[in-house]
Amino acid sequence: MIELKNVYKEFVNGEVVTKVLQGINLQIGRGEFLAIMGPSGSGKSTLMHILGFLDNISTGQYYFDNKNVSSLDDDILADYRNKKVGFVFQSFNLLPKTSVWENVRLPLLYNRGKTDLSYVDKAIKSVGLEHRKNYLSNQLSGGEKQRVAIARALVNNPDIIFADEPTGNLDSKSGIQIMSILHELSKMGKTIVVVTHESTTAKYAKRIVQIRDGEIVSDEVNKDVISTETLKGQLK
Amino acid sequence: MRFDFSTCRQTIKALKTNKMRSFLTSLGIVIGISSVIIIMSGGAGAQSLITNQIQGIGGDLLGILPGASDDEGPPAAVMGINITTLVYDDVKAIDDRVEEVVAASAYVRGIAVASWQNKTKDTSFLGTTANYMEVEGGAELSSGNFFSVDTKEERVAVLGSLVADELFGNVNPIGERVKINKESFRVVGVMKERGLVGFQNQDDQIFIPLFTAQKIMLGINYLSFARAKVAEGSDVEYVIDQVSNVLRDRHGIADPSQDDFSVRSSEETLNTLADITDALNYFLGAVAAISLLVGGIGIMNIMLVSVNESTREIGLRKAVGARRIDISLHFLIQTIILTTLGGLIGIISGVSISFLISVVAIALGYDWEFIIPISSIVLSISFTLVVALTFGWYPAQKAAKLDPIDALRYE
Ligand SMILES: Nc1ncnc2c1ncn2[C@@H]1O[C@H](COP(=O)(O)OP(=O)(O)O)[C@@H](O)[C@H]1O
Ligand SMILES: [Mg+2]
Repeated sequence: MIELKNVYKEFVNGEVVTKVLQGINLQIGRGEFLAIMGPSGSGKSTLMHILGFLDNISTGQYYFDNKNVSSLDDDILADYRNKKVGFVFQSFNLLPKTSVWENVRLPLLYNRGKTDLSYVDKAIKSVGLEHRKNYLSNQLSGGEKQRVAIARALVNNPDIIFADEPTGNLDSKSGIQIMSILHELSKMGKTIVVVTHESTTAKYAKRIVQIRDGEIVSDEVNKDVISTETLKGQLK
Repeated sequence: MRFDFSTCRQTIKALKTNKMRSFLTSLGIVIGISSVIIIMSGGAGAQSLITNQIQGIGGDLLGILPGASDDEGPPAAVMGINITTLVYDDVKAIDDRVEEVVAASAYVRGIAVASWQNKTKDTSFLGTTANYMEVEGGAELSSGNFFSVDTKEERVAVLGSLVADELFGNVNPIGERVKINKESFRVVGVMKERGLVGFQNQDDQIFIPLFTAQKIMLGINYLSFARAKVAEGSDVEYVIDQVSNVLRDRHGIADPSQDDFSVRSSEETLNTLADITDALNYFLGAVAAISLLVGGIGIMNIMLVSVNESTREIGLRKAVGARRIDISLHFLIQTIILTTLGGLIGIISGVSISFLISVVAIALGYDWEFIIPISSIVLSISFTLVVALTFGWYPAQKAAKLDPIDALRYE
């Protein structure tokens, strides 16, 4: 459902031109669980922002469900961000001093179709936070915050979830919890793209794309993908 | 977009945490809006007062005051300076020699302690001529007669309605003897209630013959002021000239700049008053405009700060699907809430201050009405919204144009 063809991205700040992505070719199919790996500064986040309609490309083509994304206007892109994709950020990005419920509800505010508020509770339940529903965002632990972020990403029932270093700010126990939630979602058929520079995080993915200096250097099936059993064992 | 109550809640939360900041920010709006209300309420009150005054005087009167006056300022006599140049014979001469003057009355005023049996009242006496009723169109008797002879020092009195009420209650005062400053007077008449005219409560005074007041009560032979009733249809300016000529002739003045008197028509006096209220209104109008402008700039400033503080939040909202219009509405709503709170406080304080003004004015005896024109409320609310939209627009646009990625990266 995603196809990048020879995508280049550069940032221009006055005289300074930073070339970040240099000829990316990538296809992501429905239901895949993909990890994008690479050292810091290699362009992972930039790539994910492009995939998630938050940033535009400099040259090349990006097709989403066979539509050329560059040809879509601002409001349609906003709608895509709202319904087609869900984001999870390293730094959580919850609304400060706002309840869990309201944080999860946020995307529904911008959903122009019919919305059913029961999705909010469903999403909160799916990350196991029913008992924290009325807590304020600043009363939560890091792991709980990230689970709220996942619930928020799920609430509009998107096709694909982008997670940019979702475990980067978490202890290993919470990190495992987050990854197992993504693992569950993947089993339920959601397309998941995780950006990470940690191999412990990447091992949950079925496919691993390595990126260096804005170029894909390898793109392989993960033979050592963690089994559901091992995962359950880790969670204990 | 769906209406976002969380926007309101967040705004109110932010207002609460920054009470002082919010208050100072909306102070300009508060002052501006209360000025608008005060102007319009005060204007309506003053208008009613002036209209009542004009009706009370009943036609065109000339007021003749001793002492020179430049055209702008009030005559010296108003300021409480005694000038002895205007006398009864002057008034008599005006009455006799100026054809367009129907009648001219003369006045002296003094403080009176009036008593009857065991009751006492602090009031004032007005020594005047017998033609008083003829000159003052609005004055009417409720019982008895007005005194009819000028030249005798008769001890007779006509009571203002308030004085009659307070001293006599239900008793008919006609024929009774009242003491005024220890002198004994026979009551010959009682006036009808008339209220405030020429900024003097007509009901709270006692009318006695001019000569009695001058010789017995005050020991003077000059006048406080005089009035002349102008024949209907005559040119008031011309009559003023005629009256002035008579006085100049009698006082031996050749050069009008040396005049020791001043003549004004009642209309002119009221116009001066209207001018003063107008000037006050322009002043308050300027205060309102400046406050609203300053208030608006304050609001804009605080909204820019708020946009800056919520850069990450804006990025997040955009990342989960907010369109530009959603973001700009979010901030416009915040601005409107902030401004409306200021506007409401402004309306409340404006109405309260206007009410206080009317209480004070009524306590001072003016025939003032407490009026809050609906238009002043409508205007205030529209001003508030205009300010909110004008000064909230730029911050809202600034927020809406933020690039989601830049906003999310912002630390
Ligand atoms: N807005 C920007 N302007 C200029 N350079 C940028 C901008 N955003 C990212 N970069 C640069 O692009 C490179 C890749 O960044 P990023 O995609 O965040 O890397 P990663 O997520 O892999 O750590 C970095 O060198 C970063 O400094
Ligand atoms: Mg990154």
